[in-house]
Amino acid sequence: MAFAHALGDSSTSSGAPTTKAKRKLTPYLLLLPGGLWLGIFFVIPIFILFMTALQTPLPDGLPGQYIQTFTFSNFTEVLSRPQFLDALRRSFTYASLATLLALAIGYPLAYAIAFKAGKYKNIMLIMVIAPFFVSFILRTIAWRQILGDEGPVLDVMRFIGLASETTSVYPSSFSVVAGLAYNFLPFMTLPIYSSLERMDVRLIEASGDLYAHGLTTFRKVTLPISLPGVVAGTLLTWIPSAGDYINASLLGNQRTTMIGNVIDSRFLGNVDYPTAAVLSFTLMLSILILVSLYVRRTGTDELV
Amino acid sequence: MSDVLTATGNVKLKGLRKVYGDFAAVQNLDLEIPQGSFFALLGPSGCGKTTTLRMIAGLDEPTSGQVMIGETDITHTKSFQRPVNTVFQNYALFPHMDIFENVAFGLRRRGQKDIDKSVTDALELVQLGHLAKRKPGQMSGGQQQRIALARAIVNRPQVLLLDEPLGALDLKLRRQMQLELKRIQLEVGLTFVHVTHDQEEAMTMADTIAVMNNGVIEQLGAPTDLYENPQTAFVANFLGQSNLFRATIDSVDADNIVASDKDGRYLLSRKRIAAGTDLTVGSKLLVGIRPEKISVSTHDQLSGEFNHQTGTVRDASFFGVSTQYVIDTASGDHWMAFEQNSGGTVISAGTKVFATWKPEHAFGLPGSEDVLAGDAVASEFETTGS
Repeated sequence: MAFAHALGDSSTSSGAPTTKAKRKLTPYLLLLPGGLWLGIFFVIPIFILFMTALQTPLPDGLPGQYIQTFTFSNFTEVLSRPQFLDALRRSFTYASLATLLALAIGYPLAYAIAFKAGKYKNIMLIMVIAPFFVSFILRTIAWRQILGDEGPVLDVMRFIGLASETTSVYPSSFSVVAGLAYNFLPFMTLPIYSSLERMDVRLIEASGDLYAHGLTTFRKVTLPISLPGVVAGTLLTWIPSAGDYINASLLGNQRTTMIGNVIDSRFLGNVDYPTAAVLSFTLMLSILILVSLYVRRTGTDELV
Repeated sequence: MSDVLTATGNVKLKGLRKVYGDFAAVQNLDLEIPQGSFFALLGPSGCGKTTTLRMIAGLDEPTSGQVMIGETDITHTKSFQRPVNTVFQNYALFPHMDIFENVAFGLRRRGQKDIDKSVTDALELVQLGHLAKRKPGQMSGGQQQRIALARAIVNRPQVLLLDEPLGALDLKLRRQMQLELKRIQLEVGLTFVHVTHDQEEAMTMADTIAVMNNGVIEQLGAPTDLYENPQTAFVANFLGQSNLFRATIDSVDADNIVASDKDGRYLLSRKRIAAGTDLTVGSKLLVGIRPEKISVSTHDQLSGEFNHQTGTVRDASFFGVSTQYVIDTASGDHWMAFEQNSGGTVISAGTKVFATWKPEHAFGLPGSEDVLAGDAVASEFETTGS
């Protein structure tokens, strides 16, 4: 939109011919670095990935040797294997659960920072971002200790009688989802915070003035106005969660394999490049479809 | 709490106080606002008028004192329980709802059925019925202001609170909206409580004005009463302009007072002396004359011994309708005088002049009043206000 706008402006502006030409060029020049970056590191790799997905093994070749063919049989074959479909389905389920969990934690957190934190606002924001200063892998490994059989979570649960001596939460699908929710929590919290922060508090007063009590005000005013932040936060959590393989490999077991783990092992373990490429492609397309359905459903295109 | 929502009658504030830390925003306010009147709370920023309004709305809780509607005490009820609606300074329209839904908001919350007609009528009242499907962001400031008004009025509250509702509009639109607001108030007959720092706005619309300063009400009355008979120097200076000077009382009889200073003698009517002024001979008195009551001339027009000051024109601004003079008086004050353009010529700066006025045009205030009270705040608003 901004691009079209800039072009529109330059076409109506008057001035000496040279200035006019320069003005017309400016938006393209501004787009150049980003465009090059996208071209080299996104469009070309996608093309290579797609070509890889169409390759077939070299007859009598060693493992990992493939020739370029143009057959789509890889797609039909890979997508008929239950093992892969399960992993794909599991990825979306875990990502959705983790997103809901992150939303349940992140929204109240963002609300508290935006409206109730007072002078502690900045400190709380720093605390939300602080985990980024520690490596993603290290933080995830720390969750093994936290959720481990001797860890603080089970200690507390046993103490209040919610868990027995034999209960275990790691490794399990629960620990994977918890890890995902934890790792992407800042991506959920910050967009919600920023949309709440921008909101005029007088709207809340106006709602109360117009006979709405607290809960109704939240439902009718605060939540709809912060919806763009919620949509952004859920996308920023759900998309990377669906493709993540670190949490499943560090906090999960064989029964919690996500699509990322399959791609990883196909690519590096089995040197089965075409299958890995097919799965990557499928993951990308499914995410694209689900996300566009979600964004259309929430109807926030004009608000974002 | 349904009994609160149906409370009816005059708005009564009893000993209302609001303290922030060690700053008292509102101090022991006692006030009764008659049902159905257009009431203005007028004062400079920080005088406590908005805090008072917010306590009536239920948006701020008083430190002590009571807010009542009729005989119902609403002090400790929440804003959503009160039969009171507010037109906010920045309108506070819900950006995610269209105009219809904005106006319908209050009715829906109260579970009213068949709201379409009420909403349409309210939008017609502010002449914006054709824009019901627009979003607030697509409307001009003046239109948003009217939507905010419709959104409050549609609920037929006992009291409608207006918090500087015209502050964001340009002069022409503000004039138009002043008339509009007055028309609507007469049409719907609700109690309007209007907070403003613009004395002209308060005077054109309100039946009664309470002038507030430093958290207390300085004076309460009808606009003409406040203008002609200010009781304090603050009111004299804030509501319009006044030329004030100190004089000593020489003699007092049943109708008149004679006072004097080193520049002359002044005759005042007793009816126009503020209540509580010490009238013993020899005590001090503040004499006040409004600029439009002063006549400026190069020769002495009043042949009597009273009510003239000599001075030099420092500045003359010709406005067409009138000419505004700033005069340096003999005692070193700067006086303001407005001369109607009745065919005379403009007296140029530097000319020696006589400033004269009729005895019934001067008012008197207690000598203990500060001559400059309210002067600085009034001139601060001159550019934005009148």
